[in-house]
Amino acid sequence: MQFDQSKCSVLKGFVTIKDGCAHVVPAAAVDLYFCSVSPGPCGGRLSTRTMLGRTLREVSAALKQGHITPTELCQKCLSIIKKTKFLNAYITVSEEVALKQAEESEKRYKKGHSLGDLDGIPIAVKDNFSTSGIETTCASNMLRGKGYVPPYNATVVQKLLDQGALLMGKTNLDEFAMGSGSTDGVFGPVKNPWSYSKQYREKRKQKSHCENEDSNWLITGGSSGGSAAAVSAFTCFAALGSDTGGSTRNPAAHCGLVGLKPSYGLVSRHGLIPLVNSMDVPGILTRCVDDAAIVLGVLAGHDPKDSTTIQDPVKPFVLPSLTDVSKLCIGIPKEYLTPELSSEVRSLWSKAANLFESEGAKVIEVSLPHTSYSIVCYHVLCTSEVASNMARFDGLEYGHRCDIDVSTEAMYAATRREGFNDVVRGRILSGNFFLLKENYENYFVKAQKVRRLIANDFVTVFNSGVDVLLTPTTLSEAVPYTEFIKEDNRTRSAQDDIFTQAANMAGLPAVSVPMALSNQGLPIGLQFIGRAFCDQELLTIARWFEKQVQFPVIQLQELMDDCSSVFENEKLASVSLKQ
Amino acid sequence: MAAPMLRLCCPGRRWALACIDGCSRHRRGAPNGCTSSRKRGQSSVAQQPFITAQKPRKGEHEWAAVVGLEIHAQISSKSKLFSGSQVHFAAPPNSLVSFFDASLPGTLPVLNRRCVEAAVMTGLALNCRINKKSLFDRKHYFYADLPAGYQITQQRLPIAVNGSLVYSFCAGKNRSQVINKTARVKQIQLEQDSGKSLHDDLRSQTLIDLNRAGVGLLEVVLEPDMSCGEEAATAVRELQLILQALGTSQANMADYEIQRQINELENGGEILNETRSFDSKLGCTIPMRDKEGKQDYRFMPEPNLPPLLLYDTESLPAGADPQQVIDIDRIREQLPELPSVTREKLVQQYGMLPEHSFTLLNEVGLLEFFQNVMKETRAEPKKVTSWVLNTLLGFLKQQNLAVSESPVTPSALAELLNLLDRKAISSSAAKQVFEELWRNEGKTPAQIVSEKKLELMQDQEALEQLCHAVMEGHPQVVMDVKKGNPRAINKLIGLVRKVTLSRADPTVIKEILEKKLAS
Repeated sequence: MQFDQSKCSVLKGFVTIKDGCAHVVPAAAVDLYFCSVSPGPCGGRLSTRTMLGRTLREVSAALKQGHITPTELCQKCLSIIKKTKFLNAYITVSEEVALKQAEESEKRYKKGHSLGDLDGIPIAVKDNFSTSGIETTCASNMLRGKGYVPPYNATVVQKLLDQGALLMGKTNLDEFAMGSGSTDGVFGPVKNPWSYSKQYREKRKQKSHCENEDSNWLITGGSSGGSAAAVSAFTCFAALGSDTGGSTRNPAAHCGLVGLKPSYGLVSRHGLIPLVNSMDVPGILTRCVDDAAIVLGVLAGHDPKDSTTIQDPVKPFVLPSLTDVSKLCIGIPKEYLTPELSSEVRSLWSKAANLFESEGAKVIEVSLPHTSYSIVCYHVLCTSEVASNMARFDGLEYGHRCDIDVSTEAMYAATRREGFNDVVRGRILSGNFFLLKENYENYFVKAQKVRRLIANDFVTVFNSGVDVLLTPTTLSEAVPYTEFIKEDNRTRSAQDDIFTQAANMAGLPAVSVPMALSNQGLPIGLQFIGRAFCDQELLTIARWFEKQVQFPVIQLQELMDDCSSVFENEKLASVSLKQ
Repeated sequence: MAAPMLRLCCPGRRWALACIDGCSRHRRGAPNGCTSSRKRGQSSVAQQPFITAQKPRKGEHEWAAVVGLEIHAQISSKSKLFSGSQVHFAAPPNSLVSFFDASLPGTLPVLNRRCVEAAVMTGLALNCRINKKSLFDRKHYFYADLPAGYQITQQRLPIAVNGSLVYSFCAGKNRSQVINKTARVKQIQLEQDSGKSLHDDLRSQTLIDLNRAGVGLLEVVLEPDMSCGEEAATAVRELQLILQALGTSQANMADYEIQRQINELENGGEILNETRSFDSKLGCTIPMRDKEGKQDYRFMPEPNLPPLLLYDTESLPAGADPQQVIDIDRIREQLPELPSVTREKLVQQYGMLPEHSFTLLNEVGLLEFFQNVMKETRAEPKKVTSWVLNTLLGFLKQQNLAVSESPVTPSALAELLNLLDRKAISSSAAKQVFEELWRNEGKTPAQIVSEKKLELMQDQEALEQLCHAVMEGHPQVVMDVKKGNPRAINKLIGLVRKVTLSRADPTVIKEILEKKLAS
């Protein structure tokens, strides 16, 4: 296809694409994970287009070497954001902010004073992190109504900005992060970019279904689905999610990404609008483990504004290269082999175990006996904290306020009824029930005790010499939206968090790594759970695994074809992807 | 550490009435009254209304009050309990509000070290056991000036428990007998203050000022060991002194509240546990806020604050950052002298009457004033005490001034008392000088004495002439004296003093007059 210069207006000042590569990622040309930026297959200067498919580390090196400028990169990502608008990944696109940041970054690079690996790198942030001057909605009418604009940055956002990262926008989620599909926010559901991938489409064609393609798009998983879609669709190189019961790892698995939930207390929660304070952790979504490690290295460490962060200084994260796994002991928790687990995931799980074993690692079956109580325990603790945390949304200081003013109480009631969706209101209701004096002992205290038992299960296993646990991340690959909404939010959350949420109860680091495509051509991820504050060790093992499995890159040219046909007047969009 | 860390703010009070059974020494009537005796009051965290087991019929027997108190003392610290906002009284509305105070989503509490030290210090002063581990909890209720919808407090495990407050009062005919009483301190807990609601009834609006929201409070819970309003008031006053406090307390609230509860119970009502404040205009207590009927605070551990750990010299971890740990023993060493000890010292050192030592301490700053006068004067302590407690305090009370606002400085009073001591002026002249000093025209006592010619007349001859002249001028009075009316001489003395403009020593005048009359 011809590169149409005339339609290039959105790409003002954009360096003309010179290479002849036809896909987002040059087919099998680049070692995605480990290449330092050597001249690509397209000659001396790498194009922005090939850049997009690359990892954060690669593009960072390209920026340092001047192969590309932050502004070029930023504009490219902005144009993809526009093209993929129908994915509904972003709630707010902070174009002006990003371009200004890019300009600043460019100046630094010109002076040779880059701030580090993240300088000039486009990132996205889930819309439940406070961003100074940028609207923050939690995908809820409660905050969206009056257009809540936080006056401060969440610590993690500030840390990214201090490193020169470019904030592309705020990503979609389930309302107040309550959900596992990214389907229950006021801005509507997020569509999984893999729905439009060549890999998935070809499989569907083989099955010769003649269904309406558009109505069969897949969910991203959630609740950080917007962040996952944003990274997966190449609109940015890393995104922040939040993880309370699996909200980062679940969409990472469904979108073929690395999703890291760091140890509780390693990364500051200040500015993260809470779901469950005692379990929330800022999560990281990237295309590879190395990138997650870079971002974690920036985010980790004590924050005086969050008393639950560890005091000990955190050393920079440099992942050692792991070549020998023979000294490792991998635990396979037998309780995670549930009947609901899809056979495909199960067989990939055992394949992964075999992989470790064949490379010399010790792989043993372990028991986490209290696993089956985890979901119900989580439900009590989660809703209780939700009931408490949501009490502040009363329409007085910020956010939505109803028109009723007959009394303060009536105003509260109507404001909260109008501001929260059914899911949030339902959780507030049950949470307050559990916290009632007469119920407190029977529910909350009991759940806390069970939580302790669950945490102790992990301690026992790790004390027995296990280095990491290997588990599935999700029951199956992503399902179509129409399928997903057949069950209500509560049922879905309970099902989908089954493998992920115990790590939150115990505060352990866990990472989902994409392993392979399913028969349908959709990503399946596996989860590694590590010892508390052994995030680096966990990532080292995850990277070894990632290298072994060589998960394929998403091929999105069809998505972009569709875009151009679906959005006639946005034909120019295809410019960036095709020539 | 600055000693005056705490200041008392409107005390919330907790009342419980115990119906005393027939064998009790309190019994004054009905032989077969209610037999339930519930002396323990509701704890600070109690949510249930206090109901006696059996409701008596009106007038069937009498009630004895037991008074328990929950006292909220505002911690005087530079910043709030969990945020960096400043603490100031009377700042413009909403000018001292951090993001956390306004409960912006995503903000987290960070504990103020000074507030913890204040709590430990208070706990030690009240003979409490300091909990090396204490916890924070959320107490939920919806109210417009509580932005988060919950207050962070210490319900389960407070910072200090099981203490005692010894308070004394003077009793007996001349209030010379000191009686010591003890109220048990159940606990001391750290918690946040709320904001203020200002109701504009005219426009049916409520205005919210969050300056106070999040200021640190010490809630001191006293067991119901006091039996009347006076005892309670004395205990509060003593606590105020211990806290080196500033505010005043409304002692009359006490009796009003007991009567209200008696009426309520006798009329078949139930006493709800509620916070009431005293309205001085209405002369009664009113409920402070509608706590949503049967209130269930839905307590929950505060997940954003790890347990508060305190150390003593023994348990202090080696190499601990002194900024990160609090050493109870160090705070103990820095404890200032407590008021009971100060009073004891005053009695010992100056031979002061116990009741005077109480008065000196009860007025903030008065003791310091007294001590400063003492430093600079040769006058007898008794004299100084009398001047400070009668003259100075009288003037202050009359004009409703605090000691710190006194126009007469300790130095000026000391100089005045020196003049008096060396008999340079008479006592009545001294009073006059004091009045002049009070007008605060920048003159020293010596200047006033010389300007107003208030020096005592030392000239014996001149005085004798004046006496003579007075006797000449009032033959009738002289006659009365000679007839044996003993009071008549006083009249003569008074007349002489008048012509001397009170500058003569009355004893000298009397001597002269007696001599002259005898001759």
